[in-house]
Amino acid sequence: MLSLLIVVPFFSILFFNLPFFSYLRRAITVWAYVLFCSQIALAFRLFSPAFLASFTSQAHLFNFNIALDNLSLIVLLSSAIILFVTLILATYLIDSQTKRFNFVNLLFFVQAGLNGLVLSRDMFSLYIFLEIVAIASYILIVFDKDIKALSAAFKYVILSTVASVLMIASIALVLLFSGDTQFSAIRIAIGSQAPNLLIMFSVALFVCATFVKAGAVPFHGWLPEVYSHSPAAVSVLLAGIISKALGIYTLMRVVNDVFGINSQVSSALLFIGTVSIAIGALAALVQKDFKKMLGFSSISQIGYIILGLGSGTALGFAGAAFHIFNHAIFKSLLFVNSAAIESRTRTTHMENLGGLSKVMPVTGATSVAAFLSAAGLPPLAGFWSKLLIVMALVLSGHIVYAVLAIILSALTLAYLLSMQRMIFFGKLNERFSNIKEAEFGFSLSSIILAGIIIITGLLYPFVFEKFILPLAGSI
Amino acid sequence: MDLNIIILIILMVAALWTTMTRSLLRAAIGLALMSLALTLLMFRLNSGLAAVFELSVCAGLIPVLFVSTISLTHPLTKEEVLQHMKDRIRRFWYLPLIIVAAGITLSFVTVTMNIKLPPPEAAKNVRAVLWNDRPLYLVGQIIILLVGAFSVVILFKESEKNEH
Amino acid sequence: MNIEILQIFWPFLLFVIMLFIIGIYCIAITFNLIRTLLGVEILIKAVTLLVIVAGFITGRTALAQAVIISLIVVEAVSITVAVGIVLGIHSHNNSLDTRKIVDTDK
Repeated sequence: MLSLLIVVPFFSILFFNLPFFSYLRRAITVWAYVLFCSQIALAFRLFSPAFLASFTSQAHLFNFNIALDNLSLIVLLSSAIILFVTLILATYLIDSQTKRFNFVNLLFFVQAGLNGLVLSRDMFSLYIFLEIVAIASYILIVFDKDIKALSAAFKYVILSTVASVLMIASIALVLLFSGDTQFSAIRIAIGSQAPNLLIMFSVALFVCATFVKAGAVPFHGWLPEVYSHSPAAVSVLLAGIISKALGIYTLMRVVNDVFGINSQVSSALLFIGTVSIAIGALAALVQKDFKKMLGFSSISQIGYIILGLGSGTALGFAGAAFHIFNHAIFKSLLFVNSAAIESRTRTTHMENLGGLSKVMPVTGATSVAAFLSAAGLPPLAGFWSKLLIVMALVLSGHIVYAVLAIILSALTLAYLLSMQRMIFFGKLNERFSNIKEAEFGFSLSSIILAGIIIITGLLYPFVFEKFILPLAGSI
Repeated sequence: MDLNIIILIILMVAALWTTMTRSLLRAAIGLALMSLALTLLMFRLNSGLAAVFELSVCAGLIPVLFVSTISLTHPLTKEEVLQHMKDRIRRFWYLPLIIVAAGITLSFVTVTMNIKLPPPEAAKNVRAVLWNDRPLYLVGQIIILLVGAFSVVILFKESEKNEH
Repeated sequence: MNIEILQIFWPFLLFVIMLFIIGIYCIAITFNLIRTLLGVEILIKAVTLLVIVAGFITGRTALAQAVIISLIVVEAVSITVAVGIVLGIHSHNNSLDTRKIVDTDK
């Protein structure tokens, strides 16, 4: 039954592309909405352990080595929500019928790849599904054939392929000392020998590869340009789920389940995490372009997740996974708002905008919710996940890193507040005095995402008991 | 020296030639030569099926792809070729020296590692492994081939229209 | 016993490291878009050789060949998409020089 998550999107692509059914092509958008909403509902239902056990214990026709646990469920839920929001944006932003058909097909590929990525329990199938999502994202970035998007995408392709090569080199070294690529066999092989140079080298190669894909410093060179020059719907998808699933989820899964966190890995993760937060926040302070600033902000928040993972405790792991969900929601809300502003004012340069909350009230209000959650202000959801990460750092003895995380969180508040002030508050520019509110699709997705932030923040005790605690127990 | 070392040296020389030659067509042929040397090595290391795959795809399909894209983009004029050649000799001439120096220094390094190799098991058939033990690789390959087909439809069709 | 096997196959690892250096040098130094793709191809050949050698040392040639076959499929599709992007850049700029691409910060 689990393999349906991978197989159903794949068969949808095959079905809609057969030449007999070409009159059904208009129905593909409706089918995509059905599929994404059903995945959201399935992910919610799967959080109860009884249903999870009954869902995964049915016999497979083939011997797929797939399994579902709580970390996979959080990424499954976030990816379904972000794909749904991207589809709403695409229906409003893309005009021609064939381009929309191609876009929805690529979204199905991304869904099949992400589901396979979170379900696989074998290192090389993890790599194959990661490459499916990566290649689909390359095509999505150059969807509009704009020259800036093409050159940013080329840089991203080269850097990402070098990272994939490093990942395969790590898998080859793993094959050398364990003879198998499945997670359970590698864990047994590592447990049965003393830590030596080969194991440490393969861990280092794999971790560097996932840092490139996630956009952590010092491998973040591709991220701001790609986020700012890709089409609006694709930016939401990239920032919301793809960078995090390809980089951070893979890092968490492999470091936690396969290699184990020892002190060297932990200190390397803590260091890279703090440097990412610092450089991301400092660079975001001086940006003048809205989407580029959001790209540097993503680098900074990914630093928080790496910091939570590097603390080495179950609480930090749970905080990091919860921050994956929170960051997906608020970052894609900010990107949806930037798409709304760009569709009405034709610019994303922050100094040219101003006072937009008078003419675009919904966009302004939801943007306030997003940036308060990003900065970590109570009672919104971002506060709780950052609190979990800081508490985990203090409890495991890394007081310096905890203090640094709190200080740099003030920087996050600073640049987001300046963004809000420059775009939404202040005097309205005369050029924009007669624009209307953004279209219905943008407002709908903004309100849904802001609602999720507020509800997750207010109902935190319930969220903690049902979603976070089982996560911490799975270590 | 046994045959493996000779094939490895051929592989290395082909890689150096691909990097340093001034004409792109010769570089694509150097890539095909590298794949040929790699195929011979794979045959000598008991991996016959993967060797045939490598020969057909990486020594056949990919150089054809490169040659077709090189001929689709305009070639340089004579003066640009001469200028390009002077530029490139300046940048690339110390690559073989680095490689030979690195090779000689690394060959004197003896690393003793206490690695426990996994216990040997009976040799299996590749097709049985792919179908019975790891069918998820096959599913992934089919999906990636579909992504490739889609990319050709989306990326290549439009660029031909632009050129007309 | 296993240290002697590793000593026999140390030349293979040595050549893999040298191929890595050639590949990274090729990507870093060149100004031509297609030559960067050739550098990526050299890196992928190096890592293919590493997987095959690892499979041979441990005796798991079947698993190594399964990995290599999937890797070749992924590599072919990646190169196809990258060539598509290069053709798109060429149709805008009419040149393949990385120094002549429009600066993306403007």
